[in-house]
Amino acid sequence: MKLDNIYQEEKKSNFAKVAEIIITMASRPSGFIGLSILIFHVVLAFISPYIAPYDFKAINPTLMLQAPSAEYWFGTDDLGRDVFTRTILGGRTALTITFFGSLIALLWGGLLGIFCGLVGGKTDDIVMRIVDAFLSIPWILAMLLIVSLLGTSTEVLIPALGFFYGKGIVRVARAATHDVIAKDFIVSARARGHSNFSIIWNEIIPNVRDAILVEGAMRWSWMLLGFSSLSFLGFGVSPPTPDWGLMISNARGLMSFAYWSVIAPIVGLSSLIIGINLTADAFAKALGIDRSTKAPV
Amino acid sequence: MTEIIQKVKNLSIGFKSKKGEEILILRNITTNIKKGETVGIVGESGSGKSTLALAMMGYVKHGLYTIGGECEFNSSNLLKMKNRDLEKIRGRKIAMIPQNAGQALTPNLKIGYQIDEALQLHSDLKEEEREQKISELLNKVRLPSPETIALRYPHELSGGQQQRVAVAMALAGTPDLLLLDEPTTGLDVTTQAHVLELLNFIAKDTGTSMVYVSHDLGAIAQVSDRIIVMYSGEIVLEGPSRDILKKPIHPYTYGLLKSIPKLSLAGLPQSMPGSQPQPGTMHRGCSFFDRCNFSEEKCKNNSPQLEYLEELKTSVRCFNYKSLMNDSQVNQTVNKIKTSLQDKEILNLSEVSISYAKQKLLDQVLNRISDDNPTVKDININIKKGETIALVGESGSGKSTILKSIAGLLRTKGGIIKFDQDRNLSSDLKERDPNDLRIIQLIFQNPDESLNPNHTVEEIIAQPLKLYFGLKGEELKKNIIDLLQKVRLGEFYMSRYPRQLSGGEKQRVAVARAFAAKPDIILCDEVTSALDVSVQAAVLNLLQQLKEDFGTTYIFVSHDLAVVRAISDRVAVLYQGRLCEVGPSKDVYQFPSHPYTEVLLGAVLEPDPDIKPKLVAEDIVEEKPPQKGCSFQGRCSRILGDICKNEVPPWQITNSGNSIRCHIPLKELQKDQIN
Ligand code: SF4
Ligand code: SF4
Repeated sequence: MKLDNIYQEEKKSNFAKVAEIIITMASRPSGFIGLSILIFHVVLAFISPYIAPYDFKAINPTLMLQAPSAEYWFGTDDLGRDVFTRTILGGRTALTITFFGSLIALLWGGLLGIFCGLVGGKTDDIVMRIVDAFLSIPWILAMLLIVSLLGTSTEVLIPALGFFYGKGIVRVARAATHDVIAKDFIVSARARGHSNFSIIWNEIIPNVRDAILVEGAMRWSWMLLGFSSLSFLGFGVSPPTPDWGLMISNARGLMSFAYWSVIAPIVGLSSLIIGINLTADAFAKALGIDRSTKAPV
Repeated sequence: MTEIIQKVKNLSIGFKSKKGEEILILRNITTNIKKGETVGIVGESGSGKSTLALAMMGYVKHGLYTIGGECEFNSSNLLKMKNRDLEKIRGRKIAMIPQNAGQALTPNLKIGYQIDEALQLHSDLKEEEREQKISELLNKVRLPSPETIALRYPHELSGGQQQRVAVAMALAGTPDLLLLDEPTTGLDVTTQAHVLELLNFIAKDTGTSMVYVSHDLGAIAQVSDRIIVMYSGEIVLEGPSRDILKKPIHPYTYGLLKSIPKLSLAGLPQSMPGSQPQPGTMHRGCSFFDRCNFSEEKCKNNSPQLEYLEELKTSVRCFNYKSLMNDSQVNQTVNKIKTSLQDKEILNLSEVSISYAKQKLLDQVLNRISDDNPTVKDININIKKGETIALVGESGSGKSTILKSIAGLLRTKGGIIKFDQDRNLSSDLKERDPNDLRIIQLIFQNPDESLNPNHTVEEIIAQPLKLYFGLKGEELKKNIIDLLQKVRLGEFYMSRYPRQLSGGEKQRVAVARAFAAKPDIILCDEVTSALDVSVQAAVLNLLQQLKEDFGTTYIFVSHDLAVVRAISDRVAVLYQGRLCEVGPSKDVYQFPSHPYTEVLLGAVLEPDPDIKPKLVAEDIVEEKPPQKGCSFQGRCSRILGDICKNEVPPWQITNSGNSIRCHIPLKELQKDQIN
């Protein structure tokens, strides 16, 4: 049979599947740029403590607001600290907190969404009303409240951010589940008498996983922006830890005469967000998913 | 010579594959559409028939592009035209009625408004003229009382009525060419017959040329003057309708006509092996070679050209057509089905009723269903071991609903479902034990939906084996291979995903999965209706073979009376959730019949220009079963009067054991039906 050779496609290992997706992503220019930026930032976050030329908290009044020079590549800030050092270190906290925050958002949002989609009926109605109610609270106010009550430690920020950014994922997961459970293969599994757990694990998750992952990646960049806004308002990372949001906030008054102290963290933050966005976009395209959520930038 | 209005010349349309190869969907199509003729384009899914029809209005689907050739209309090539110019032609000169046109109507606008819009867009009529034209159009498509219909919203009309509105809108611009893409697929049999009859009338009345695209030779036979048969992106046969249907000289068409079940023949038609090659997989030779019974060595490497035979006015693409010219009367032979019927009763439905009504809060709290006029009522059926019983009826007849309750997917309102004479089966899955679930398995209509796209064939078939028998490792694998062989698929299918299989292969996997549970009863829900015609017979033959091997009982739900005739031992006809007639299939297909069975049988479209459908009743659709009296009273052409409206008709039993539920005495029923 001629068809056999053409349609022979061996079952691939998971590793091979992931590799294939990444190659597909990188084969598009936008995906390639996005991936490169993201990888650059992640690598930088790992190695920056070892390559930083100066101590990020060393205050030196004599070196206040130096313009960029061979010695201080990005100049210094109002306390005489090296802006280059602080910029390359400034993404670490944000990246870590939002990465774990997104994982939490994915987990609870995804599972609750699938659950609601599967059980339907009253339970689904009630849960979705509650989620909607939460959606209607401006998240930044709620975050400010939580942070002012519980402090700005990582243990508070990660779950709080994860919670607020998971709501969108609930919707996506629920909608994707709804599409899937209408299919006959679910009916068939039910009629055979599989348990709900087995149906979720074997039938639903493989079919909604991609949509949820893409949404999660998108939420990551939203969360990054949100987290930086918190820092900007003084509710995120506490000084003197270097952080882009905080740096922008501190230096914004100096923009007119010491532009360097604000431009570096802005470039850092925006490039990371753009990088994640492009990657998420390419990821969605590589998986063949139509995305409804828009990127923050 | 009649005027040619559309010329398709050497048209090739295709796309670029990931690897950069050019893959052709249409290969070198040349044909002409003459003024006033109706041309039927028939082919399986993937044969390129819809692509061709769309190209005829200058449209190439996203992702495809024209590789060569042209579609000439009024001596300009549509495929090279600017969009602005095309807009002037579409709707005015060439109109299209897509599949499910009824659903394409805007839901929140009145019918009259939508037709008026079409008129404003596609004609130069003034306001008063348009008013008149609207009723004229609605009249022309034979909608009752156009004035009131114009004020209705689409959802207030039945499927058939919506389709008529779509036809009316297409006629608004008085087009020269009307393209119809599967216009009756998805409509009920009786509605289908009515719509086709209307199209015939319009073709004669207006002189519009029509191109009718369908997979259904039965429908094509009713409307076309000329038929084009497509296979794998090529025209393989083209000629006058009657000749093609009566004396097909291409092996594909010949085999196709042989594999379509006919009302007049009990037993399974011969199946055609294999399936149509996927686009891009054909490189050399005749595209039908793999499946051809007449093939020779040279067919393998040489592609036959389309050859025009003057004496038959037919074009054929085959080296060997001559061997078909002499004996090609399609003498259908069927494989008689063996009944493995035993006396033992395996499933008994007694007084089953099912309600779709929304329950009041109190009833919900008390967990009961109260509805004095349930969707399905009074179902009493006794099913014997090894029997194939078919439930037939139009949409809304409750046939699938009953199937769901037997499977435990839908709670009944009342009645008892008994297995093996003594085990009561609850209609709620959760109350059935695993063995009760195992004994009844389902096969669904559309294998695209019933197989998880993310599972391999191995995983799919493994599920019931693991669940019911706890098989693991080597033993599991052995069983899977065994099952695959039973459904005539090789071991190498194990690692494939459903998307890598053809429709027929997917359905075979679904069949294998059902049999994996070693069930006593298999519920088949329209199992062949999503399949291509040439594959349908093969799946039916397979089901029959498996049944003979395993002694399984089938409950077969279908709207296709010819398919039902081919495979079933017994038939139950349902209307609005009530049984009308139950009996051995050979008797149900003979008179006397229940008036509704008569309507259904009359509406069946056969691929034979000499058998015209009989249109007995109106094609209206009722929302709800009547409160009292006969369920068919709303559409019955033989209604007796008050007795039918008030009293549930009695069961009458014919000599051969056929039960008919009607107030008209059997003798009289028969008398009129024979005339
Ligand atoms: S050319 Fe050969 S293979 Fe093709 S249809 Fe004719 S006989 Fe069959
Ligand atoms: S009982 Fe009356 S309405 Fe019903 S099918 Fe017979 S004649 Fe028609």
